[in-house]
Amino acid sequence: MDLMEKLEILTDAAKYDVACTSSGVDRAGQKGVLGNAVKAGICHSFAADGRCISLLKVLMSNDCAFDCAYCVNRRTADCRRATFTPEELCRLTMEFYRRNYIEGLFLSSAVVGSPDATCERMLAVLKRLREECRFGGYVHVKAIPGASRELIWQLGLYADRMSVNIELPSQQSLKLLAPQKSKEKILSPMGLIRDGIAENSKALSTYRHAPRFVPAGQSTQMIVGATPESDRQILRLTEGLYQKYGLKRVFFSAYMPVVGDRNLPALGTPPPLLREHRLYQADWLLRFYGFSAREILDEEAPNFDPLLDPKCNWAVRHMELFPVEVNRAPYEMLLRVPGIGVKSAKRIRAARRYAQLDLDALKKLGVVLKRARFFLTCQGKSLSPLPTDDPQVVAGVLREGSAFHRTQLEGDAGPLLKGPEQLSLFAPTKEDRLQCLTGQI
Amino acid sequence: MPYRTDLIYRYDGSYQGFLCCVFECFRAKELPAGIRSWEEDQQSLFGLKEIATRQDLAERVERSIPRKISPQALRLVREGFLTCLPDREMALLRFLLLGYKVGGKVTKLTTHPVVHVLEKGVLTLRNEAHHTLEFLRFSDTGEFLAARVAPRNRVLPLVAPHFCDRLPSENFVIYDGTHGMGFLHRADTPGEFFQADQVELPPPSEAERRWRELWKAFYRTIEVEGRENHALRWNLCPKRYWPLMTELEDSL
Repeated sequence: MDLMEKLEILTDAAKYDVACTSSGVDRAGQKGVLGNAVKAGICHSFAADGRCISLLKVLMSNDCAFDCAYCVNRRTADCRRATFTPEELCRLTMEFYRRNYIEGLFLSSAVVGSPDATCERMLAVLKRLREECRFGGYVHVKAIPGASRELIWQLGLYADRMSVNIELPSQQSLKLLAPQKSKEKILSPMGLIRDGIAENSKALSTYRHAPRFVPAGQSTQMIVGATPESDRQILRLTEGLYQKYGLKRVFFSAYMPVVGDRNLPALGTPPPLLREHRLYQADWLLRFYGFSAREILDEEAPNFDPLLDPKCNWAVRHMELFPVEVNRAPYEMLLRVPGIGVKSAKRIRAARRYAQLDLDALKKLGVVLKRARFFLTCQGKSLSPLPTDDPQVVAGVLREGSAFHRTQLEGDAGPLLKGPEQLSLFAPTKEDRLQCLTGQI
Repeated sequence: MPYRTDLIYRYDGSYQGFLCCVFECFRAKELPAGIRSWEEDQQSLFGLKEIATRQDLAERVERSIPRKISPQALRLVREGFLTCLPDREMALLRFLLLGYKVGGKVTKLTTHPVVHVLEKGVLTLRNEAHHTLEFLRFSDTGEFLAARVAPRNRVLPLVAPHFCDRLPSENFVIYDGTHGMGFLHRADTPGEFFQADQVELPPPSEAERRWRELWKAFYRTIEVEGRENHALRWNLCPKRYWPLMTELEDSL
């Protein structure tokens, strides 16, 4: 099997993994070493599905011993199998990196034989890449659940970021769909990495040249839409992971039915892209906007409003806090105004020290007022074109109804999107229709 | 300063030359209607004043900026000179005049019309520089890696240090076709800028073509078919970069 064919098979097998970021660590280049790392991360291309391509995302092997129902590579699936040798993988990474195609390597693998054996093979690849090829770029490696502590520690010394995929957001779903995995098996490597990072930061403060363990932190991903968990459950879990395990990112992946199984949505079910989008919006609110999961979704409404983004939804339910004055509102409150992001809030905060801000100034700062105007006053004057005393009115204006939102809605939400009906004095009545049929007009 | 609106400065188009224009503006106590480089030979009804470039004057003006305004202002002026703002010299001159008047806080007055124009221009420059870091593609010609870019702003001075840090032990050249300038880096040296109207690159070798094919295959395969979203891709990777990107040149 030639390299081209292997690359196709193993890319195809890895493409459903969503994590493809190269962020979190700054590492300067060195003479004789190829590559550096940039903290903000760099995307190098965008695929036709609009997702960024930052890393060479491949599986080392798709010859899996496990039989998870949702997975394309499961043991019982009928597909082409391939395995990269360490030389091939290193060569690919180095040559792609030199040409500025990629920012580094994303190495994942199916379980070949046993978790430990798989980890050892991955370790061989990373060792060769870092020590023989002298590669200084970004490396993201998957920890294989069930692998030994020592091997995970070793992997972490060569990688920038590690991740353990939770895949399914609850124990029952795991039991149903991935019988060889369990909550403990997934969370234990995650805890191991967390403790390793904590220990390493202590070591680094004592010895400057202590080896760095997973400097860009760890991430995880879960599948949305394959199992019946509510958005609230997923969001609470996400928040817990950030707080308890110190994760850098939690990724969500809209379930794309690729295998037929009676426990899974039928083949041909469209992926819940809007739900995934809303989860990411909420995830940003958790990480950058000072929201807690409890504020975003409560027990009464455990799922996201498909037509209203989570921040608008929160604001509309808390109209008593608005409008806020641009020139005086605290930064934390500015962040909570729908339509104002971290950049805009920072710009407002910096600019208002030197000048009174008016509408024109806000526009110059690049603040988008489409949503924000309902929640702001500028030098005491409201920017809203509508009275804002009725939250329903504001919610109605803020609803999104683009073609994308339409395609993502199930039958029952349809009427929400239809515009108000024109009132007509001469609209045909029931009798008119009947007469039409019987011919008496 | 008396306003003379009937005078246009002409300089050699270099950064030092522009600083000499600033000097002249203060020496003669006048504000020109425009500053043009020799390259743009536009007819004008206004009188022309030729400004000679003198290294010592340029240095004197540049020294004064961090002292009398702030180091941030100097950075803004240097980057502002790389932008493709219409009338960028006048925008910079107005910014400097304001800066000398109000001092270091000038860079904080982001809503002032003079500062706003310049900041916006510099923001576009920085964004384009970042896009160039993302979408630039090298090809291996055997002796060195070569890349061609076609940015609107002069992004090369912002982009070059990144690649020097990243590929310290490689020979590489980046050529900006729009502005006829390039950057040449030899392994383990700092590298240098050069001016050239044209740069001929050898045709890709067999090995180079193979790596390109592998990359294209990866690019094709990584897409999840059920999520196709061209609008999103255009948004994140504007079409004007496509002709020079290995994996996208065929999709145009």
